[in-house]
Amino acid sequence: MTASPAIRRITLALLLAPLMLWLGLLVVIPHIDMLLLSFTEKTGVRQYQPGLANYRTFFVEPVYWTIFLRTALMSILATLLTLVIGFPVAYFIAKLARGRSKAFLFLLCLVPFWVSELVRTFGWMILLRETGLVSGALQALGLVSGPVELLYNDAAIMVGLVYTSMLFMVVPLITALDSLDDSFIEAGYDLGGSGWSILREIVIPHAMPGIVSGSIVVFMLSLGNYLTPVLLGGKDSLWFTGAIYTQFITRFNWEQGAAFGMLLLVLSSLIVWLGLKLSGQTLSRTVG
Amino acid sequence: MTAAPPDLECRAVTKAFADFVAVRGVDFSVPAGSFFSILGPSGCGKTTLLRMIAGFADPSSGEILIKGRSMREVPPNRRPVNMVFQHLALFPMMSVGENVAFGLRRRKVMPAEITRRVEDVLARVGLAGMSGRRIEQLSGGQKQRVAIARCMVLEPDVLLLDEPLGALDLKLREHMKVELKKLQSEFRTTFVYITHDQSEALVMSDTVAVMNHGVFEQVGSPRDLYFQPATAFVAGFVGDANRWQGRVEALSGNAVSIRTEDGLVLRAHAADGALAASDAVAVFVRPEAITLSREPAAMLGLDTGIAATITGILFNGANSRALVKVAGQREFEVAIPQTGAFAGLSVGDVVHLGWRADQARAYRAPRP
Ligand SMILES: Nc1ncnc2c1ncn2[C@@H]1O[C@H](COP(=O)(O)OP(=O)(O)OP(=O)(O)O)[C@@H](O)[C@H]1O
Ligand SMILES: [Mg+2]
Repeated sequence: MTASPAIRRITLALLLAPLMLWLGLLVVIPHIDMLLLSFTEKTGVRQYQPGLANYRTFFVEPVYWTIFLRTALMSILATLLTLVIGFPVAYFIAKLARGRSKAFLFLLCLVPFWVSELVRTFGWMILLRETGLVSGALQALGLVSGPVELLYNDAAIMVGLVYTSMLFMVVPLITALDSLDDSFIEAGYDLGGSGWSILREIVIPHAMPGIVSGSIVVFMLSLGNYLTPVLLGGKDSLWFTGAIYTQFITRFNWEQGAAFGMLLLVLSSLIVWLGLKLSGQTLSRTVG
Repeated sequence: MTAAPPDLECRAVTKAFADFVAVRGVDFSVPAGSFFSILGPSGCGKTTLLRMIAGFADPSSGEILIKGRSMREVPPNRRPVNMVFQHLALFPMMSVGENVAFGLRRRKVMPAEITRRVEDVLARVGLAGMSGRRIEQLSGGQKQRVAIARCMVLEPDVLLLDEPLGALDLKLREHMKVELKKLQSEFRTTFVYITHDQSEALVMSDTVAVMNHGVFEQVGSPRDLYFQPATAFVAGFVGDANRWQGRVEALSGNAVSIRTEDGLVLRAHAADGALAASDAVAVFVRPEAITLSREPAAMLGLDTGIAATITGILFNGANSRALVKVAGQREFEVAIPQTGAFAGLSVGDVVHLGWRADQARAYRAPRP
């Protein structure tokens, strides 16, 4: 079948239309609007002029950039923790489990995602709050004398973030490890390698694309997470998305909120780029 | 002084899986410096046996000794054997040099010494100066040599090779056969080579073990296997052979006279012990052992002589065959000597065929 170039062009346009509409309406246009908004200063009631004041606020007020720094560092830590916990899980599912148990374990990783993030986070609250299960169990065992509050601290946020992100790390890792032929690992042993050296020299380099893509996703999700830090970390969770929320909703300062939103986008991209540079990876190799 | 122990010895090695015995009571020993092949059809248990020697699987019973030392409880990374994998398993994330150096690094050899030994072994396999190359930049034959160099640099007592030529095209396979044999005699290392390709086994080996359904049917030199196959399976598997089913009509000692199911009477050699009259037998005659002539007189002095009609010519250069048929009987194959005398042979010609009794080998037919 030969179609004329014109028809082929129309077909292509029609096929791409939904994607383009989606990108255009939900991603590009709001961001352009945000960008314009962020460069607008409020000079009086209903009086605006273009300017950089909103961005200046971020760098001049230590509270904002410290919140951002804290958010970024916590997200990096959450990413590392997720990787460290997720890697053995993925290795077990990809390389050691066989047949039905493999599918079952994989399904088990998916189960938490059948309930909404809100419900999952409330689950953690039920466990960790002062009158919660963990506190009760510790008292019953006589390890503590009174009720303990395990919520509203950084550790609780970290637990929530790692828990929420696990699947997004495990899936790319399983995909990467699945494609590692067992004979590579056997050849490593055959040539005198120990478990550790094989992990370092053969398994991890092979899984690198999965590690990188999983880490990027988990980092971005953690950085942009709002629910988990607010619910598990409390009012003082000091998460950057919380700061954006405050500007938009509490202060009704959309211009400032837009600037923070843009900053989050730019700075997080910068951190990902830096991470790729430091680990000697490229995005195209990860995706391709 | 006692004689040095063989490099590799297997004593009654058996491997049983849940519902299947893959290797059954295998016994053999490989003297130092020799090229030992295990030849068998797909699924006969070759890889299973090799993996037990390498240490990736434990025998269900029996014992494996390397240089006289029992390998029980010795993990694969402590055994003085190395393995060339079926698909080579060269590490794609490392260069050629890093692949070869992997084992030396594990042994904590000094970096300068590693570089020297890697270059040295690469030169010996004909890949001098290639250590910086990436694996995917190599040709099939070069990869093969890297896989061998990666093992040989560790100077193992025994090198195990699991059908390493299987993935190569025919031309390269022929070339690598010779190459491998040369490398083996240069390194003077004991090779245990498994294959389902009889020509690989016959060309390269000092000793060949023919394996079937998990047992060794015969262990011997390539010549022995070809000229004196011990069992019907070996006779049919090593080299080509025409096969007839029949019954013993008369016998004196090892010389038997056999009538095949379709009525051909031929004289044969009882190859697996005494047969009795009216025993069911399988008779094997190699196409190249049959004398072909246009003159009946040429059959004088041969124990079996028959006249047959050509029903087809399978031209294949030096391996050309004629399909021949005696009226009312099954077709069989005869080699056509390429001396020019039979250049004009064509379908429908009547030819005379004959062979000596010892070139037809009769085996007791396996009971159904
Ligand atoms: N882990 C296992 N569990 C059960 N059966 C197995 C297992 N591994 C191998 N087998 C069986 O053992 C038999 C021998 O397998 P093996 O891989 O040794 O054959 P092979 O001679 O190497 O064949 P090929 O030439 O095709 O590589 C096969 O029938 C196979 O199905
Ligand atoms: Mg095999």
